[in-house]
Amino acid sequence: MSPDFIAAVLVAVTTAATPLLLAGLGELVTEKAGVLNLGVEGMMLVGAVGGFAAASATGSGLTGVGVAALLGMATAALFAFLTLTLLSNQVATGLALTIFGVGLSSLLGKPYIGMPLDRLPPLNIPGLSDLPLVGPVLFGHDALVYLSLAAVPAVAWFLMRTRPGLILRSVGESPEAAHALGHPVIAIRYAATLFGGAMSGLAGAYLSLAYTPMWAENMSAGRGWIALALVVFATWKPGRLLLGAYLFGLVLILQLHAQGLGLAVPSQWLSMLPYLATIAVLVLISRDATRIRLNAPASIGKVFHPDT
Amino acid sequence: MIGAIMRRTLLAGAVAAFFAAPALADDPLKVGFIYVGPIGDHGWSYQHNEGRLAIEAALGDKVKTSYVENVAEGADAERVITQLANSGHGLIFTTSFGFMNPTLKVAKRFPKVHFEHATGYKRADNLSTYAARFYEGRHIAGLVAGHMTKSGTIGYIGSFPIPEVVRGINAFTLALRSVRPDATVKVVWVNTWYDPGKEGAAAEALIDQGADVILQHTDSPAAIQVAEKRGVWAVGQASDMTRFGPKAHLTAIVDIWDSYYVARAKAVADGSWTSEDTWGGLKDKMLAMAPYNPAIPADVVAQAKQAEADIIAGTLHPFTGPINDQSGKEVIPAGQVIDDGKLLSMDWYVEGVQGTLPK
Repeated sequence: MSPDFIAAVLVAVTTAATPLLLAGLGELVTEKAGVLNLGVEGMMLVGAVGGFAAASATGSGLTGVGVAALLGMATAALFAFLTLTLLSNQVATGLALTIFGVGLSSLLGKPYIGMPLDRLPPLNIPGLSDLPLVGPVLFGHDALVYLSLAAVPAVAWFLMRTRPGLILRSVGESPEAAHALGHPVIAIRYAATLFGGAMSGLAGAYLSLAYTPMWAENMSAGRGWIALALVVFATWKPGRLLLGAYLFGLVLILQLHAQGLGLAVPSQWLSMLPYLATIAVLVLISRDATRIRLNAPASIGKVFHPDT
Repeated sequence: MIGAIMRRTLLAGAVAAFFAAPALADDPLKVGFIYVGPIGDHGWSYQHNEGRLAIEAALGDKVKTSYVENVAEGADAERVITQLANSGHGLIFTTSFGFMNPTLKVAKRFPKVHFEHATGYKRADNLSTYAARFYEGRHIAGLVAGHMTKSGTIGYIGSFPIPEVVRGINAFTLALRSVRPDATVKVVWVNTWYDPGKEGAAAEALIDQGADVILQHTDSPAAIQVAEKRGVWAVGQASDMTRFGPKAHLTAIVDIWDSYYVARAKAVADGSWTSEDTWGGLKDKMLAMAPYNPAIPADVVAQAKQAEADIIAGTLHPFTGPINDQSGKEVIPAGQVIDDGKLLSMDWYVEGVQGTLPK
């Protein structure tokens, strides 16, 4: 196996993992505040179509990325209004949001079907990007890849090392206590949900602007659900989420390579492998029930109203 | 959007049908379609919808067409087909293999309605089947790829290991190796018809393993984009995908249902419709090759066009022996042709395809 080949695999793994990491980080923060938003898939799709539309209208990929984040936020705001203000059931509303996002993005995307678009340009760092092997693996990506990687320590630091992060977690653990201390529980949950929406929108933008630069209906093809699963897989820890997303990407890419090399394993098994790996790790982690309980936000998915 | 509206009017239609008077002879013929995917897949369902639009263009106000997209194969399909039949449609196209049994069931209950099922094999007095010989296009693609490849390694993205797809791989490989005897085909199955990200990743993996021409039997143009980015060749699927990779796109195998759909609608309108089994090819204009990339040398284009002409004339069959299986054993002797029955159930690779066929 030549070093070039390994470099190529690593680049492919990075691109496969980035949308999962972006959406997963957003959902992680949302869930840490006690809100379970199952609408990741829908928000990704709305972000993907919005980002594509904006990028093709303005010719600027970065504008597309910005619009995608805003639209992801707008979709999340709808969810937040329904669940936090009108106190509807979070699970049902999240599922509805996914269905809504699939439909809305298809409708908005009609004029963009079959339209080509320039790929989001890689951030070329003079000198570094041209290095052999290391260049393409470390320095040959677009802005969203670096953003996703930078967001991991940023989110971890925010949640564990800052006062607002502590308050956000307390809202997720015990909204009653946080409320009694005078923290605006609903406002904090709104903010966390909007952050999740923005990150899902970015994940969508990565799909329609960088991964496969086009708009195609339902192009997220279940990645929103994988991101949701990865959050549990990571036991709500950003570092582990990074690990999970890249592990998933690695297995996905390696199974394609295994087939190309003519490995005599049925392709259906290889296609299942990334999911099996996720389930296996999930089972291993879940054996330690205390650890799960320590990390899972205690009030996740529960409706909170200050007056009750 | 129209699809969503259709569903609603269909529900109303199902109720209304109980009270509706029998359709008068001079009423426009109502033609219904169900699609397995979104029209926006820019592949399979998109091309069927082009066929529907062709009926409207050809027959004008003598017909009214409607469609329901994103219909799941299975029980849901039976409900939707029943609603179409109930709401006065005289001709119904069900455009995916998985609609076969539901279509047959509904056809039995509505003997006066004409049904057309794509790619299936179960027929009735009021149920025809139709499909296209896409393998003829794969043959042409194989000839072109044989001339264009430098590495002699071709990457092939497969959807599901069903006879339709295996037949395409084999037809392609036979033609490829008639030009370049040492060439091999690497197949990656993605187990989906449609997942742009996964199709793109499969293309990346194949290119990393040395493939310099990418074929696909999946529906999105992602692989074409990857080929363009990586500077290798690719062949499009179902529709002309040139705009996704102007430099990479050698040609594409384009599905064309227009003339068949118009002919069948006309036949129902004038009462000459009979149940048939149509498996049309280049000759019947049910598929065509997209324009050849200007980068292909003129003599190669000439050879490809000659092969098209020979297939149309009936003097060339892509599955003419000698044909060896993967182990190198001759399974079809020189001069013999694999018959349609064996083509329809093909479940083995020819020599030159790498890997084992998942069963």
